[in-house]
Amino acid sequence: MSMQSPTLASTASPTSALYRKRVFTNRLALFLSLAAMASGMIFLLWILTTLVVKGIGGLNVAVFTQMTPSPGSAGGLLNAIFGSVVMVTIGTLIATPIGILAGIYLAEFGKTGWVAPTTRFVNDILLSAPSIIIGLFVYTIYVARVQHFSAFAGAIALAIIAIPVIVRTTETMLILVPASLREAAAALGAPEWKVVSYVALRAVRSGVITGILLAVARISGETAPLLFTALNNQFWSSDLNAPMANLPVAIFQFAMSPFENWVELAWAGAMLITFSVLAINIITRVIFRQRSN
Amino acid sequence: MNAVLQPYETPVTPTSKISVRNLNFFYGSFQGLKNINLEILERRVTAFIGPSGCGKSTLLRTLNRMYDLYPGQRAEGEIIMNGKNVLDKSQDLNLLRAKVGMVFQKPTPFPMSIYDNIAFGVKLYESLSKAEMDERVEWALNKAAIWGEVKDKLKQSGLSLSGGQQQRLCIARAVAVKPEVVLLDEPTSALDPISTAKVEELLHELKQDYTIAIVTHNMQQAARVSDFTAYMYLGDLVEYGVTDELFIKPKKKETEDYITGRFG
Repeated sequence: MSMQSPTLASTASPTSALYRKRVFTNRLALFLSLAAMASGMIFLLWILTTLVVKGIGGLNVAVFTQMTPSPGSAGGLLNAIFGSVVMVTIGTLIATPIGILAGIYLAEFGKTGWVAPTTRFVNDILLSAPSIIIGLFVYTIYVARVQHFSAFAGAIALAIIAIPVIVRTTETMLILVPASLREAAAALGAPEWKVVSYVALRAVRSGVITGILLAVARISGETAPLLFTALNNQFWSSDLNAPMANLPVAIFQFAMSPFENWVELAWAGAMLITFSVLAINIITRVIFRQRSN
Repeated sequence: MNAVLQPYETPVTPTSKISVRNLNFFYGSFQGLKNINLEILERRVTAFIGPSGCGKSTLLRTLNRMYDLYPGQRAEGEIIMNGKNVLDKSQDLNLLRAKVGMVFQKPTPFPMSIYDNIAFGVKLYESLSKAEMDERVEWALNKAAIWGEVKDKLKQSGLSLSGGQQQRLCIARAVAVKPEVVLLDEPTSALDPISTAKVEELLHELKQDYTIAIVTHNMQQAARVSDFTAYMYLGDLVEYGVTDELFIKPKKKETEDYITGRFG
């Protein structure tokens, strides 16, 4: 290593080959990422416009006030909307405590041994399991035993889909809590469960709520698991032990039919689900942003 | 007992609060502390100085067994406090930490109101009425010299305070549970000079009632706030004595090199 520098003049020049190459690479990368973003946005906007164009015609007061009609007659989606809300709510109520507690275990207590890594692995598999498999599973263990479809079976299937989402987000959020915060609580003589529930979980409250809302968004559009569990119901039913109408299966059934009013209702229902999920996502983000400020 | 380093020529003879005997500490297979022996005296400020990685924070973290939160870290030897070895397996960690409070390098307010930040620790071991709790919160915030700044916003989040205020809030939180010992791990390294001065004044105040051990990178700070200073290097306790004597006339060459900046 020589101690004298060869020249002190700056070698930076806009015409050097190295510099021009870098400018080109920069432009290329920018172009590719813009193209990737555009391809995502185009399909999203396409889906949303198609939904609005085709669905807005079928959207009227009757959709929210009348039951699903028989072919050819007028009607709405009231029983399907009600059924979806009921099953998604029950599914979320089952999944939330299980998911949060399991997430806490993975992040806080499962530091040694094989239970936590195994659970995490299985949870990741469950996270990407095809939802039709979960529908068939609940059909086998529950519907086939009791010999009839039911809203409760539908809620269980939805819960099974929601649990891994909540487990994952809860764990990820808790891992983000700095060790210094846990140490500070432990240094006051707080037992571990208090450190976790009063300090760590509180610090990431908004993140955990985001996870729950994302799970709600995910299960409110699921069709396959409900097809084998809650089935559908053309009439009003609030009996959890009986088949219950729901939006995704109603859309599936109506969209495949040759009857014009059914197809129109299917579009209206599809628009309703999509915009509800969009609303949930936006609300989540707004909450998250407020909390982080 | 001549292996135990006693601080020499103590002006009055205070009693020993914590006796560290033959303490060895391991991070897995790496030895972080090597056969440490020293006495931490009651109602005095003891400072630990030394270059990064010398084990001063590790030593502090053995005193309230904070290391127990992490698998793979273990301590051997004895730390005698109130006649009991706190390294014993039978030692209840929560009770120990309620007696030996700790303040960290970075302020760590809990995600709750200023009032609840103080009340959290108190509620763990005492059931006070609303009025008693109000009084305790005010007392602790006063002790930490922050009452005047926060008395009108006790319901606001602790996170809304400035860094220096957050650190004094953390000190108030540690003091509120009425511990016997307060450990401070570089409490002012993230603070501006004015906040640092406030925290240092606070230490003078606090040593009337508590035994204080402080780790600091700042030698002037050690000289200003402490009664006794321990110089550590690579896991060894090199020299331990009365602060003024250690800084003016260190007995060991290594200590002199470090405090005069000739370390290397």
